[in-house]
Amino acid sequence: MAIEVRIPTILRNYTDGQKAVSGEGDTLSALFEDLESRHTGLRERLVDDGDLRRFVNVYLNDEDVRFLDGIGTKLTDGDSVTILPAVAGGMH
Amino acid sequence: MARYDSPLAAVGNTPLVHLPRLSPADDVRVWAKLEDRNPTGSIKDRPALHMIEQAEKDGRLTPGCTILEPTSGNTGISLAMAAKLKGYRIVCVMPENTSEERRQLLAMWGAEIRSSPAAGGSNTAVRVAKELSAEHPDWVMLYQYGNPDNAGAHYATTGPEILEDLPSITHFVAGLGTTGTLMGAGRYLREHVPDVKIVAAEPRYDDLVYGLRNLDEGFVPELYDESVLTTRFSVGSEDAVTRTRELLAQEGIFAGVSTGAALHAALGVARKAERAGEAADVVFIVADGGWKYLSTGIYTAESTEAAVAALQGQLWA
Repeated sequence: MAIEVRIPTILRNYTDGQKAVSGEGDTLSALFEDLESRHTGLRERLVDDGDLRRFVNVYLNDEDVRFLDGIGTKLTDGDSVTILPAVAGGMH
Repeated sequence: MARYDSPLAAVGNTPLVHLPRLSPADDVRVWAKLEDRNPTGSIKDRPALHMIEQAEKDGRLTPGCTILEPTSGNTGISLAMAAKLKGYRIVCVMPENTSEERRQLLAMWGAEIRSSPAAGGSNTAVRVAKELSAEHPDWVMLYQYGNPDNAGAHYATTGPEILEDLPSITHFVAGLGTTGTLMGAGRYLREHVPDVKIVAAEPRYDDLVYGLRNLDEGFVPELYDESVLTTRFSVGSEDAVTRTRELLAQEGIFAGVSTGAALHAALGVARKAERAGEAADVVFIVADGGWKYLSTGIYTAESTEAAVAALQGQLWA
């Protein structure tokens, strides 16, 4: 099962400069575990204490996962995940 | 009713049209609310007129007054037209890098333009307007980002029109800017259709534009109440342009780029409903026509890739 993950400029030092990487997982949490095995240090930038970091926005097929099931959001083959840094005081 | 006593009375009552080619299934239908059919060509005629009339009603705005508003876009054009017909002077504060078309549109309705520094975009324009307001306490700033009458216009008109035309509505989708459309129409629809889903489409710019906009990014309009929303989509320039061109090619609707973003979110929720085997009636807002964006070349570009390249680095919502 392959899921395309789009990486923001600020985190591309973990992906050898790649704008998008591929990963696997039934949930967002599992996907981040899978990415960590190839891109060491990335998970730490996204997850804090088992939950999404406050200043990180994650979108599943462009939909904000905070309105879905957060880090437990279920994924399906062919989904697209976009990671974006949120600026302090953004619209949350 | 298609006969009105004046041009201002013709604000609203816009058509709601089914999009047979873009709808994913017979029972998953997508509908476009054509707000470009308003007098100055955008949805902003509704809040502009309503904010002025409410201010007249409670005595904040009286004959001879000067209206002040930070705006580089459609709201300024709508306010300037209403101010002209009603006899008010209007001063618009806009970033100095705003396009020539917008300056001409404001000037032709008689608005005076004060430029604010390009850095910081509309956030800086808001700050400059607040300074002007302090210097001229007799000027009336309607302030669309925090004026409840902005959302009130949509609660009073946009929401009821949609419900009357389509009582089976399941999803309402609109762009997220001042948030007035989503807050006002969203609250009205939820009160009458408790299960209705209120969906925001937020523009997402490429990294280059983020650099230009970073002062704007921290700005949350005072009107925004996240509890009104069911979900929120973040739509990149590429998807917004692709959908804007699809809307033109497949359904013949010539719309601005922010409408493409709303359509992208509408098709996203429509596809989810179809996958879940649920019937759906998805309404999205066509906020304005494509006229003000013609110079970007996105409508006539050979390919979507070329159109996306043409829009690189530009603000489109």
